[in-house]
Amino acid sequence: MSLVARSAARPAVRRRSPRRTGRAALRYALLLIVLVFAVFPFVWTLAIALTDKTAGGSIYDFPASLFPRRLTLINFAQVYTTFSLGKYIWNSVSIAGMTVVGTLLVSSLAAYPLARFRFPGRQLIFALIVATLVLPGETTFIVNTLTLKQLGLLGTHLGVVVPTIAGAFGIFLMRQAFLGVPTSLLEAARLDGASELTVLTRIMLPLTRPSLAALGIFTLVTTWNAYFWPMLVLSASPDLAPLSVAVLKLKGQFNYDPFNVAAGALIMMVPVLLVFLGAQRLFMRGLEGAVK
Amino acid sequence: MRASWRETLLSYAFLAPALLLLAVFTFYPLLYGSYLGFTQYGGARFAQGLAPKWVGLDNFRTLISDPLFLTSLWNSLKYLLVVPVLQLASLAVAVLVSKELPGMAFFRAAFYVPVITSVSLAAVMWEWVYNRGGTLNWSLNLLHLLPQGGAFGWLNNPHTAFWAVMLVTFWRGFGYYMVLYLAGLQGIPTELEEAAVLDGASAWQRFWRVTVPMMRPTILLCTLLSTIAALRVLEEVLVLTGGGPLNSTYTALMYVYSKAFQGFNFDYGLASAAGLVIAVVALLLSIANFRLFRDAQGGER
Repeated sequence: MSLVARSAARPAVRRRSPRRTGRAALRYALLLIVLVFAVFPFVWTLAIALTDKTAGGSIYDFPASLFPRRLTLINFAQVYTTFSLGKYIWNSVSIAGMTVVGTLLVSSLAAYPLARFRFPGRQLIFALIVATLVLPGETTFIVNTLTLKQLGLLGTHLGVVVPTIAGAFGIFLMRQAFLGVPTSLLEAARLDGASELTVLTRIMLPLTRPSLAALGIFTLVTTWNAYFWPMLVLSASPDLAPLSVAVLKLKGQFNYDPFNVAAGALIMMVPVLLVFLGAQRLFMRGLEGAVK
Repeated sequence: MRASWRETLLSYAFLAPALLLLAVFTFYPLLYGSYLGFTQYGGARFAQGLAPKWVGLDNFRTLISDPLFLTSLWNSLKYLLVVPVLQLASLAVAVLVSKELPGMAFFRAAFYVPVITSVSLAAVMWEWVYNRGGTLNWSLNLLHLLPQGGAFGWLNNPHTAFWAVMLVTFWRGFGYYMVLYLAGLQGIPTELEEAAVLDGASAWQRFWRVTVPMMRPTILLCTLLSTIAALRVLEEVLVLTGGGPLNSTYTALMYVYSKAFQGFNFDYGLASAAGLVIAVVALLLSIANFRLFRDAQGGER
């Protein structure tokens, strides 16, 4: 059936009938509508951030607010100095950095024996890790804050980081990568008398660099954007809050200045956007969703 | 390959950090949190350093008679309305960008940008859109569609705030599901589509008769993910409305968070009990999802 369909359908595909052009136009028209919906908030925020507010006017003057006549970068400098944005950027970098390093370390260590050895209890550990994907987590944040308090980690960066670094996503991603390393390589290393730690650090990790990069990038973006958990852990130490939490405080300030807020929001968005543009293919593969 | 004691020891040494962290921060909270749901714990008791006190089903009785909890649970169930809309729209968008035409890579990337946007940034930007003087009212006015009574703040109105918050969830989600559906679409043989074209099926018919049935496994997965996420919605509410106005956006997890952390009368026991109720509802919904899709499949065969 497929052969018939194909040979018959081909001439229809080749010909540029007006109906086909019309359909393509409809497709692009629909896509443009979705595009406006998806990116409009960013475009407007960018316009606000670039507006020279000394000329007067509010962000609700249309269409001037969407098409600023005089552009300036002063809002970026202003939000950076008056709100000591550097402090919050550093907090974000510190939390995200520790989380990425911790996740890569813990995930690869755990994934290595799961990919390479058969040992008693392996099935059970597998089942437990899979279970974390489906178990209900509605009250986890309550107990975890109590635990952090007892450990003296509530209100610290470490307290934000530690509970989030062990996860099924990272472990399975790294296990899959390790399984792809040819066993002949590992046997050769073992004959040469290399220890397991050497095999892991000298053979496995260099050969699985793409997966490490993928896990690192996903972790980085997720952590950079995370709001609820860091807000909860650092609620009593506002000076340690990351950008994602601080940017909302900007809004609540008494000398609320939307132009500065827009600039601050963009400062937070730009690193994520650059990472996304650089590693677009990774996100488009839907890797995250495969296990999430 | 038989396990040597050396390999076993080594395996557990490598696994130790992950297992310890999972035990302390994933499994222990589950067990202890469930236990707390049946205890009195919080407020004065917590301040004095006393242990939780077993009270049986008391917390659940309190919940049933608390109108705020019932409202919050109802709002969370109402929030599930976003699921079918989000899934169908994401699938439709995936179909739109799946053809290899010029510019498609750009559209895909642009639609994904809201997914990698922090919920706090989304709150900053969408509050301007929804503001009384914001772009939503402005564009509705241009189209002569502004509702009676003129411009109003969409997040300050108890009739619209709920839907406004939901739209932000939709905005942050459709690119994510679009990518999952794109992966699924690649599994549909092109012959099927071509045969449907040959049979004179319109694009609309092809979507409902070919794409949707062929994509059923992916749709099930995405619907499941999206159902659980919608039932647990908290962040959007917290950053956009805080549950107001008039509790119109107060969701079940907002209730849990608020009982445990807001105000001076924090009550971990009651909050945990509410969390347990949500977990049970989530489980029932997951089972219902599976049943629904299985029956639909069985009916057509």
